[in-house]
Amino acid sequence: MTELLKVAGLRKRFGGNEAVKNVTFTVNAGECVVLAGDNGAGKSTVIKMISGVHAPTDGLVYLNGELLTGRTPEAVRTAGIETIYQDLALADNLDPGLNLYLGRERTIRRFGLPFLDRKTMRRDAVEVMKSLGIVVPDPSAPVREMSGGQRQAIAIARAIHWQARLVIMDEPTAALGVPEQREVMALIERLKAKGVGIILISHNLPDIFAAADRIIVLARGVVAGERRPADTNDEEIVRMMMGATL
Amino acid sequence: MERIAKQNGTSFVKSLLNAWSWLFLVLILGFFEIYAQTQTGSTFVFRVYNLQSIAVAASQILLLALGLTLVIVAGHIDLSIAFSSGLASVVIALVIRAAGPDAGWEIVALAALAGLGAAAVVGLVNGWLVAWLAVPSFIGTLGTYGVARGAALIMAGGATVSIRNEHAREIGNGNLLGFPISLITAIVLALICHYVLQHTRFGAHTYALGANPASVERAGVDVKRHLLILFVISALTAAMGGLIYTFRFSAGAANSGEPILLYAVAAVFIGGASLTGGQGTITGTVIGAFIIAVIQFGLVFCGLPPYWQFVAVGLVIIVAVLVDQSKDRIVGARA
Repeated sequence: MTELLKVAGLRKRFGGNEAVKNVTFTVNAGECVVLAGDNGAGKSTVIKMISGVHAPTDGLVYLNGELLTGRTPEAVRTAGIETIYQDLALADNLDPGLNLYLGRERTIRRFGLPFLDRKTMRRDAVEVMKSLGIVVPDPSAPVREMSGGQRQAIAIARAIHWQARLVIMDEPTAALGVPEQREVMALIERLKAKGVGIILISHNLPDIFAAADRIIVLARGVVAGERRPADTNDEEIVRMMMGATL
Repeated sequence: MERIAKQNGTSFVKSLLNAWSWLFLVLILGFFEIYAQTQTGSTFVFRVYNLQSIAVAASQILLLALGLTLVIVAGHIDLSIAFSSGLASVVIALVIRAAGPDAGWEIVALAALAGLGAAAVVGLVNGWLVAWLAVPSFIGTLGTYGVARGAALIMAGGATVSIRNEHAREIGNGNLLGFPISLITAIVLALICHYVLQHTRFGAHTYALGANPASVERAGVDVKRHLLILFVISALTAAMGGLIYTFRFSAGAANSGEPILLYAVAAVFIGGASLTGGQGTITGTVIGAFIIAVIQFGLVFCGLPPYWQFVAVGLVIIVAVLVDQSKDRIVGARA
């Protein structure tokens, strides 16, 4: 496997509070790395430093050997890191096509004026969703009429369509029912099969074990340990999550 | 099969509910027609004078409501349009009056530009308050409502600024191809706003902004700039209302837009917009404006005191909101 993302010695200080002290890890292409940890362990801060929202106090972020530290969130996205937030950042009143293209809509010229090319955008949305194993029941319907799993798929489809090489998912199953959680797990498998690297933030143990190729446990701003799911169990992960706080 | 039938069933109910405002417009036209036929032995719908009066009243409401529709779809409101309109009206009249009675086309055009420019300043301030200073639009535009009102009244010396200009009068009262120029202005602006809202990237972002501002921001759209443009559009369409008023009555009046404000807001909501944003169309607003204009004219036509129109329009607003809510319950909402 080729190394996709490298995070080296990340540190973040907010005033007198050191949220992240020293975090180093890598993510390979087609691999799902779970960042596990209790609230306040520094998961979100690490993610925000990778996606460019926060500038690290110290440390470097590389994607395919290219230094990303110091770039704006837009530039990081363009470089190929897409973050999918819990609220999915969907416009519920628009169809899947417009959501897929939001901010980069396609237009065609008619009577010398640009018109939204809804047809092509819908077709592309249906296609990308199909590649994720999701059938869009009505491509012209607003996405609020879709299930939680389908909506998650649109957010993921957006990442795939814009050629993200690394997708960061923040608690993707937190607000979902059990069948939809399974759908999301299946989506993660398909993303991996496409060679996309994934960082999954979670503190739900069944999710962690179902999705992870590697588990990196954060506690109090440092990496408390790194395990492969086959070499560990619930108990040990919980102990590591709690360990540094005892 | 069963599932398909059910889908067709709900989509039929859906389209019926979406079309309710059309049906309502037809219904009240039918009502007044029956009244005319049975009570007075005349016709309501098939008289050019009636239709023209309704169209002119509707276009007055529309000019204030068009830009407002965009603002409301984006999840905001613009109350200042009442006096962006009045301010434009006063500025236009003052410029024309200063030029004297023989002022030509170029002065009238210059006056129009000055009026639109004054309103644009109000729009810019609104956008700045809402986008940069995060003032809720209801409060921010209520503030500029007051400031624009005061400014217009001060400039006008508290009175109506009457003008005498043939060109202005011609635009305000003339016909083009048999249609009042004021109506044509409203139609052209409605078409432009419809195009912007339904067919441009700007329009798509406006809808998305109303549904989930974070979605637009994370998509890399400059949300502040977008809001600023929306409020300027709103001020400019309202200023066109002030312009038509000034030319029609040969007078600039600071309060010219005030009585229309509530009707304009009502037209947008009757047309299917929602106070929380993300919903509404220009087509809906046009129908809403016509519903109000028909009620206004129809009640007077029936010989009722004009105050009844306030009651009737108020009831229609409430019905519109109730229909909208039941729509959400029945079919789980729409775009």
